[in-house]
Amino acid sequence: MEAKTIHIDEYIITREPFYQSTGDEIAIFEAAYANHLPVLLKGPTGCGKTRFMEYMAWRLRRPLITVSCHDDLTASDLVGRYLVRGGETVWIDGPLTQAVRAGGICYLDEVVEARKDTMVVIHPLADDRRVLPIEKLGTLVEAPAEFCLSISYNPGYQSVLKDLKQSTRQRFVALEFDYPGPGPGLEAEIVAAESGLEREMAARLVQFAGMTRNLKGGGLEEGASTRLLVHAAKLIASGVSPVSACRGAIAQALTDDPEMLAAVNELSASLF
Amino acid sequence: MIAARHALSAPRIEALLDELLEVEFTFRQTADAAARLATLDADTQHFMIDWIKRVASTNLELGYQVACRAVAALDAMPRQMIEEWALRAMDVYDRKGLRPALLVIEGLDAFASEQRARARGAVLERCEGVLQGVLHGLSGRALKVEAAARIYTDSEKIFLPQLLAQLPSEAENFSLYKVSAVFQWARTRFGGFSALRRAGVLEGEATPGLLALFHRLEGLRLEGILSRELPGLYRELTLLGRNPAVAVEPPSQWAPWRSRLMEAGVSADDVLALARRQLGRLHGWRAPLYYGEPDREALRACMEARIEREKGRFRVALAEIQSELRGDHPRGAPLRFGQRPVGERGDPQEAQIEILLDDQPLALPPEVQRTLGSIIQDLDALPQEYLSAAGAGEYDAEREGEERCAGESVWSGTYHEEGASLYPEWDYRRKHYRKEWCAMREIDVEPVHDGFAEQTLVKYGGLVKHLRKSFEALRDEERLLRRQPHGDGVDIDALVEALAEMRLGREMSDRLFTRMHRSERNIAAAFMVDMSGSTKGWINDAEREALVLLCEALESLGDRYAIYGFSSNTRKRCELFRIKRFDEPYGAGVRARISGIRPRDYTRMGFAIRHLTRLLNETDARTRILITLSDGKPDDYDNYRGVYGIEDTRRALIEARRARVHPYCITIDELARDYLPHLYGPAAYTVLNEVSALPLKVSDIYRRLTS
Repeated sequence: MEAKTIHIDEYIITREPFYQSTGDEIAIFEAAYANHLPVLLKGPTGCGKTRFMEYMAWRLRRPLITVSCHDDLTASDLVGRYLVRGGETVWIDGPLTQAVRAGGICYLDEVVEARKDTMVVIHPLADDRRVLPIEKLGTLVEAPAEFCLSISYNPGYQSVLKDLKQSTRQRFVALEFDYPGPGPGLEAEIVAAESGLEREMAARLVQFAGMTRNLKGGGLEEGASTRLLVHAAKLIASGVSPVSACRGAIAQALTDDPEMLAAVNELSASLF
Repeated sequence: MIAARHALSAPRIEALLDELLEVEFTFRQTADAAARLATLDADTQHFMIDWIKRVASTNLELGYQVACRAVAALDAMPRQMIEEWALRAMDVYDRKGLRPALLVIEGLDAFASEQRARARGAVLERCEGVLQGVLHGLSGRALKVEAAARIYTDSEKIFLPQLLAQLPSEAENFSLYKVSAVFQWARTRFGGFSALRRAGVLEGEATPGLLALFHRLEGLRLEGILSRELPGLYRELTLLGRNPAVAVEPPSQWAPWRSRLMEAGVSADDVLALARRQLGRLHGWRAPLYYGEPDREALRACMEARIEREKGRFRVALAEIQSELRGDHPRGAPLRFGQRPVGERGDPQEAQIEILLDDQPLALPPEVQRTLGSIIQDLDALPQEYLSAAGAGEYDAEREGEERCAGESVWSGTYHEEGASLYPEWDYRRKHYRKEWCAMREIDVEPVHDGFAEQTLVKYGGLVKHLRKSFEALRDEERLLRRQPHGDGVDIDALVEALAEMRLGREMSDRLFTRMHRSERNIAAAFMVDMSGSTKGWINDAEREALVLLCEALESLGDRYAIYGFSSNTRKRCELFRIKRFDEPYGAGVRARISGIRPRDYTRMGFAIRHLTRLLNETDARTRILITLSDGKPDDYDNYRGVYGIEDTRRALIEARRARVHPYCITIDELARDYLPHLYGPAAYTVLNEVSALPLKVSDIYRRLTS
């Protein structure tokens, strides 16, 4: 089967993604969007930040461009660059420029991972100027009203070197995300809805996730995220035994330490 | 060698033993032992005599006793177990002395049967980590696993036997460990203890037998809870329960109570009331092994201490919140804290109480939230007096925190090993480690503010400038890479050339771009400086000067580095002197400490290498280097000289290399060429002929090493 190629302007999410709101984050995002304010999403891995962005893009009916940042991501990777084609140089827009031109939502995932020079292009877009300077073309692209910049960052495991600078973070409206709290089975509901698993089993999985989150700092770097729970739930829903599903989708994903693995596996064996 | 080996005759063995055991001036008789050894085949003889030799290197009497029992041991145990037997005896000798060690040797049969039990049993030492993880995951309080003769809990620690061998296989015995540990956790978690405390049962047993009966009935209730909360574990528990070594069915009179207690909704108070009613009527059931045994006194003492401690901690936390909130007006009236229950009685793990401040809910920091949860677990509610913030000085921080002993203060009183880290040492004659042999402490160097560093910088002014320049050149910088297949900009030179090539009909290169490349230095270096007595005088001066220059150079480079001095006086007093930690910035404090480096005692190196390897491994650097500055061989007062010292140091360096630390040695000992290659390998050391060259060379060597 051939994969479908979609042009950016047409990339609009048409089916409603499943998103379970845990607070007033939707209202805040909509208000920020209406007021042309950029948004910062904080929270641990796999707690639903990216899903929230997809949901908001669907809700606001704007194309969503997600860039996963890594240590080698430079400003030109975002803005664009010249390529040589048949003896001539041709300018190619980067994802950020494309999002600005199309009036879409640009979501920079794990932005602290990117190189420092990316801030040069993010700052003028993130304050009231809302322009994107393209140094190599010598132009400024003014963002239309529909454009929205949002970034995410995980305060949990960044090193000191990779902290978000005050000058950056103070430009954004911040939304905090966490694993759905101990409230009445919210997380179990999400897991059940995402995987099609029955409620009771989903609740057990959430209980198991709670145990691994207790181990955070006591041998695990991070507890099981909601995403991992959904993975395990999907495996269980297609007939894998719960203990094997937890071992494969959760325990092995969390750690390589044999002792910790044994402990996590014993916990799941106790629960199911 | 092996092929040529023949069995030895009794007189030959006797002569050999006499020599090994130095019997000349003693009353030891080796003739009998030799006669018995002579009956063995050559290979077994060799094996036994080798072990007699290894044990005798630790203690002659111990070696003699092994020789006397050699044949008996061979009858009782396979070879591998004999090795363990001898090693155990030597370990006990190291730790407790000759008498207990002789008991190990004499208790040959007991050792053999224990080892057999171990072979099929589970050993706490081996599964402690996993059990600890399981308990930690189950939440509630952070429970600790400890070894004891029987299974019980004092509500903070879970005590389990060293070895469980009731069941036929290791897996089943591990399962018994796990079920016992989780069962004890359930005892602390589901309110049994707080019910006992509230009813005053812990205060003293007014009615004999009440606690024991409650303990068993509560066990039945917990089985019910576990069957609902942890069904997987409950399955294991019932499986174990079928083995008569673990559990027997209760007599029929228990049956109705059993099914009633296992239903949902029974509280610990109900169990206690039932126990009171049925006291004297229900009896005759040996509780399953995993139920453990109640220990009233331990439980009471532990709970009272914790309740007192947590009351203090909670009120101090409220006081902190109060002072934070009030900020500028510290003298105002105390804030009014209140409480309110939240939600229905659901999960007792989550505190069901919300703390209010002026009727508004207050978000507590997580550790305070945990304390609150623990308080509620003990008391079932938060008493009103907990809600007044602690006044100044009401709880002494000293008393609150555990007193730590560190450093010098240890030596002012009687000797003890508290607060010291224990490191093993390699005994080459034994061909094995001596466990927990060196008592190591980290001690801060007494800073001396005498301007030594400044004088050094003036003295070596020109050199410092040169060092800074050459080190700066090493710093990671962004380099523009040209002619790259991908990149941020177009490389015009390359493009022009490529176009010209194309015009000439040749193939056009695709390397037309420029790219910024950052090469990152990711190095952590630990410097281990000899502070033994022999460095007194100009060696010490040279070392200190070298360190000052080194710091200057490293500061311009930006590598992480730590400096520690080492000295020892027997294995009981191994000291590492902190001069600069990895995370400490270079400044006046570090300079004063460099200046304060003074010659101390002896040169035991193994513990210092092992400890610094550990510190290096705690950094996340990609390259880790351990550089030793020394003036001589490893040497200490208690036999740590000659081959022993060198072999232990070599062992420590092998361990370091295995942990991916690169050791390097800079020495001014001219004889070092004889032993350093054996320790560090052929290329990982430098011998300086002149002490005065040390300051100039150290930085230079470091630069070469890392570029």
